[in-house]
Amino acid sequence: MVFLTRRATFSAAHYYWNEAWSAEKNEQVFGRCSNRNGHGHNYTLEVTVAGEPDAQTGFVVDLKWLKDAIEREVLSAWDHRHFNLEVPEFAAAIPTTENIAIAAWKRLEPAVRAAKGAKLTAIRVYETPEIFAEYRGEA
Amino acid sequence: MRAYFGRRYMLSASHRLHCDSLTPEENRTAYGKCNNPHGHGHNYTIEVLVGGEVEQATGMVIDLVDLDEAVKTCVIDRFDHTNLNLDPLFASLVPTTENLCRAIYSLLKTGLRVGLLEYVRVEETENNFFQCYDAPVLAEASQALAQAS
Repeated sequence: MVFLTRRATFSAAHYYWNEAWSAEKNEQVFGRCSNRNGHGHNYTLEVTVAGEPDAQTGFVVDLKWLKDAIEREVLSAWDHRHFNLEVPEFAAAIPTTENIAIAAWKRLEPAVRAAKGAKLTAIRVYETPEIFAEYRGEA
Repeated sequence: MRAYFGRRYMLSASHRLHCDSLTPEENRTAYGKCNNPHGHGHNYTIEVLVGGEVEQATGMVIDLVDLDEAVKTCVIDRFDHTNLNLDPLFASLVPTTENLCRAIYSLLKTGLRVGLLEYVRVEETENNFFQCYDAPVLAEASQALAQAS
């Protein structure tokens, strides 16, 4: 089994806010991230797939295919967008780095599965070079 | 849903790789330049990954502020701008980055909520790094934490 990771970058805006809470509680829990005018990040997305290299091509997955899948499924919907205001999966969920990693998994996993090659094993999302979240498809 | 949250921290410290049970020559052979009696230092990057349920209300596995506080109390305050050889944890343990990684894992395992810590990765330079998915909790780690709090 070989693990292969492809990186992509995108930029987006967000803020953290739980509608069920008072403004005070949101500010207390989320600090500066609760500013309703939003703020943004340059995100780095790492998509890791695993499988046996194909006997003929030597590929676990065609990197060009993976690059295009990331572009089509994720970046086209997220790059230069506001998570809270424009991205459907965050109408009800807070766009934390954890939830962004889970949402990227949900967007990409069906495409990777349908390609019948490698298996998606992890999505890592860097909000900054020092802060990241990872989702491995666990319940 | 289980997810993971990671954070990278920096600390600077000096150390000397030297084992008392080896002869001076054996030490030089084993550790080379790292055996220099005056020590040397590194800017270490400490990557901490925690895992747990994503809380519905916050969308978070852990509040970043709580993780920062635990790492500051257990690790940064203890090791940053110090000589690792003088830390009681390394009184009879060579402060290689392998051992530093295990010590940090042990300190954080004690300092964080049970079951939260997934791994500790210590980068000594841009070209070497060490990763620990488990380590025995050192008695000293518990004592250190009790003293800090």
